[in-house]
Amino acid sequence: MNTLIAITGLGIFCLLFEILNLTKAIVPITILGLLGVLALNFSEFGATESYYNNMITVSRFSTAFSSLFIILTIFLVALSHNFYENHPTKISDFVAIKIFLLAGGVAMVSFGNLAMFFLGIEVLSIALYVLAASERLNLKSNEAGMKYFLMGSFASGIILFGICLIYGAMGSFDVAEISENSLSAELPIWFPIGMVLMVIGMLFKVAAVPFHFWAPDVYEGSPALTTALMSTLAKVIAIATLYKLVSALNLIPSLENQDLLGTFQTIIVVISMASMTIGNIMALRQTNVKRMLAFSGISHAGFMLMTLLSISTSAGVLLYYTSAYALAGIASFSVILYVCKNQDNEDITNFHGLGKTNPLLAAILTGSLLSMAGIPIFSGFFAKLFLFNQTIEAGHLALVIVAVINSIISVGYYFKLILAMYSKEPNEERKGKPVLIYAVAVISIVLNIALGLFPSLVVDLLN
Amino acid sequence: MNVSLILIILLVGAFATYVVGDKLASKVALFFSLAALGCSVVLLNHFLAGENISLINAWITQPKISFALNADGLAIAMLLLTVALTPIIIFSSFGNEYKIAKAFYALILFMAFAMTGTFLAADGLLYYIFWELALIPIYFIALIWGNGDAEERRKAVVKFFIYTLAGSLFMLIAFIYLYQKAGSFLIDDLYKLNLSATEQLWIFLAFFLAYAIKIPIIPFHTWQANVYQKAPTVGTMLLSGIMLKMGLYSVIRWQLPIAPLAAKEYMNIFIALGIAGVIYGSIVAIRQKDLKKLLAYSSLAHVGLIAAGTYTLTIDGLRGAVLQMIAHGFVVVGLFFAAEIIFKRFATREISEMGGIRIQSPKFTSMFLILVLASVALPSTFNFVGEFTVLYSLSQINIWFAVLGGTTIILGAYYMLKMFQNVMLGEANTKTFSDVTINEGISLVAIIAVLLFFGFYPKPITDLITPSLETILNVINKN
Repeated sequence: MNTLIAITGLGIFCLLFEILNLTKAIVPITILGLLGVLALNFSEFGATESYYNNMITVSRFSTAFSSLFIILTIFLVALSHNFYENHPTKISDFVAIKIFLLAGGVAMVSFGNLAMFFLGIEVLSIALYVLAASERLNLKSNEAGMKYFLMGSFASGIILFGICLIYGAMGSFDVAEISENSLSAELPIWFPIGMVLMVIGMLFKVAAVPFHFWAPDVYEGSPALTTALMSTLAKVIAIATLYKLVSALNLIPSLENQDLLGTFQTIIVVISMASMTIGNIMALRQTNVKRMLAFSGISHAGFMLMTLLSISTSAGVLLYYTSAYALAGIASFSVILYVCKNQDNEDITNFHGLGKTNPLLAAILTGSLLSMAGIPIFSGFFAKLFLFNQTIEAGHLALVIVAVINSIISVGYYFKLILAMYSKEPNEERKGKPVLIYAVAVISIVLNIALGLFPSLVVDLLN
Repeated sequence: MNVSLILIILLVGAFATYVVGDKLASKVALFFSLAALGCSVVLLNHFLAGENISLINAWITQPKISFALNADGLAIAMLLLTVALTPIIIFSSFGNEYKIAKAFYALILFMAFAMTGTFLAADGLLYYIFWELALIPIYFIALIWGNGDAEERRKAVVKFFIYTLAGSLFMLIAFIYLYQKAGSFLIDDLYKLNLSATEQLWIFLAFFLAYAIKIPIIPFHTWQANVYQKAPTVGTMLLSGIMLKMGLYSVIRWQLPIAPLAAKEYMNIFIALGIAGVIYGSIVAIRQKDLKKLLAYSSLAHVGLIAAGTYTLTIDGLRGAVLQMIAHGFVVVGLFFAAEIIFKRFATREISEMGGIRIQSPKFTSMFLILVLASVALPSTFNFVGEFTVLYSLSQINIWFAVLGGTTIILGAYYMLKMFQNVMLGEANTKTFSDVTINEGISLVAIIAVLLFFGFYPKPITDLITPSLETILNVINKN
């Protein structure tokens, strides 16, 4: 709770910076502020408490995921410094929007009432729409913002409709009350319908097949930093919220009571397989790196959905998977931001010969791609291992085999980028060594490897 | 004192090599590889004195994964193979100029680290991690420092990477499945499992895919010749000398004892696949015009025979296979090194463009001859001991296996001696062939000394490996 208030306060504070004419100091001060918030958040860890008539419920789950969100936001804010160099006047707006987005995300994993859940999702979405369209004079960015807004508001509408149906069935927005009543044998049919609508809306935010069509265009059109944010922070928030929604409303036992669990699991298995396969196969054909990572993100969404099949035990695994994925994403995007600065596109040709001109960043990008492909000793490997272990335990061997085949396919396009860096001749020199980009890249890949060496640190948080 | 020391030395060595910079990298790498060799010999003495040099530490709690290294005779033999070949391989590259030498030598040491880990690991998942880690350095070594057309090289290397990764991922599923059954990845717990025949068959096949691609066994060999040819000689030596032994070793250590029923039931098929590799490799080798490719196919033939030996499930078969693994490791490194020496002077790998070396350099010619003879398993070389034992074990299963497997010696003698004739003998070549340098001589003599010494006196290695092979056979035959 205090975390949420502190984050919102920090966001308002950021807006004031412009009035006080302190835009130069905004990045370091915001990072310090976020570190403070992180410490505050840690201090709340372990306690389970409800605030404001159950509007907000702070649990181990919510604090752990909030910490991850805050860490990711710190990285993204640090990257802003270099990215908005050319428009120094706007930086306070952009940083403030990111902080508000974080507030939305924290609200989404700690809601205790469906109204709060919807508020969170809207705060997050509106911040994302604005960021997607934030390059005002760039046609592609405008298109991305518009597309995302149209599709996103539609998804919000579906979620809202789902919430209404659930209210109709239960007579309450309160999560504790709904989860208690959902176990009763006699339930109106619109409770499962409402849940399905909410899950569909969240699958849209996660960009799982068949609700993924917005992702590649929006990722490609948005400014690179926004893409980084969408593919790491926003995706992690969405999947964590979906998980919390399914587990907090006792969806699984409730469906079991009504003999619908088999159907639900089949649907999840199919969506998961489709997301992995379609995401990977489409990614193979891309030449634009941002687009490629968008499709790779779709396939990772498929992997993360596997946690829904063993919901009672997989919270730790989800936290680990999302951390590994997001840290690798941050590391790779910081290299992309460096390489594609002042370029009009993010084509793979920009990366030619990076292994020669900048071995450090090339190594970091290689490491993060290897992590996403699931090669040990990077944490991506353990994430997949834990996930496969859970899923086989839950009895879905076929899904795991599909996932493994997809891991092999994904090597194809991750290595396309690695090959471009090491086996092609460099085509241009880049000047300047932006300290913050280097710092973010190094720290995130080091954290990624550290998670790989000591996975228990994260997994055991929620078990 | 335990075996993790070797791993630490090699890993620290890899970092140190990278840090000291391009000029000193090769020397620092050599120093650390020699240090690892020295330590291994010390550890061997501790082991022979009956001391426990294994190690087990908890690592990850959920799922339960331990950092467990098991040093029995078999693992120590493979460890010694790795740490003995690594300095030779590094030393053989002295005198070559590599761009970004620090990364090159660091990757070699890192690969030695991962391969050593694979041989020592006693926890399924730890083993898998090392197994995969060994793939990354060789990928970059072949990609960045390889030879030939860049586009073709990229294709060959990526194919190799995806093949091996694909194989090993199915092994990972098998391990996870075993974990669900046993509640632990530790090899001893996996040995104790009682799996049904169907389960064993699937697990056996999942392992087989990983190992058949790595070894390689027909029909999973298609990556091999291209990668051997395109990789720099150091990479080829690492691949053929040590890395493919990872696959053969894993068959003995993991596949056979965990799924013995399947191994017994389908024994003939897998032996036949191995023998098919022998015949196919030999016939294709006869037709090769490129020296490195010829050696690659001859290597395919030899490992086919070793694989057939392991699948016989007899003590002779296993012992012969392990002896031949070690012998083949040394001889193939020597042969590829000799090919490199010729390439440095003639700048070609085409056999038809060579010849007349004997007149110009009799010393090199005799060393090359010994390697060739060892490769065709002439009596009194180490390879004879291994190959003969394997053929003997095959004859116990079915005499025809031994007859067909024996073609490796007949056909091998044919193409190797023909190659020797074309490369070394004949009229004086217009190109000059300067005599071997002292550095090159040291590497070759070291390899030849090992081959001849153990050819006459294989007892130390036999004594070292036999007890652990017997233990494994007991596990295989327990039900």
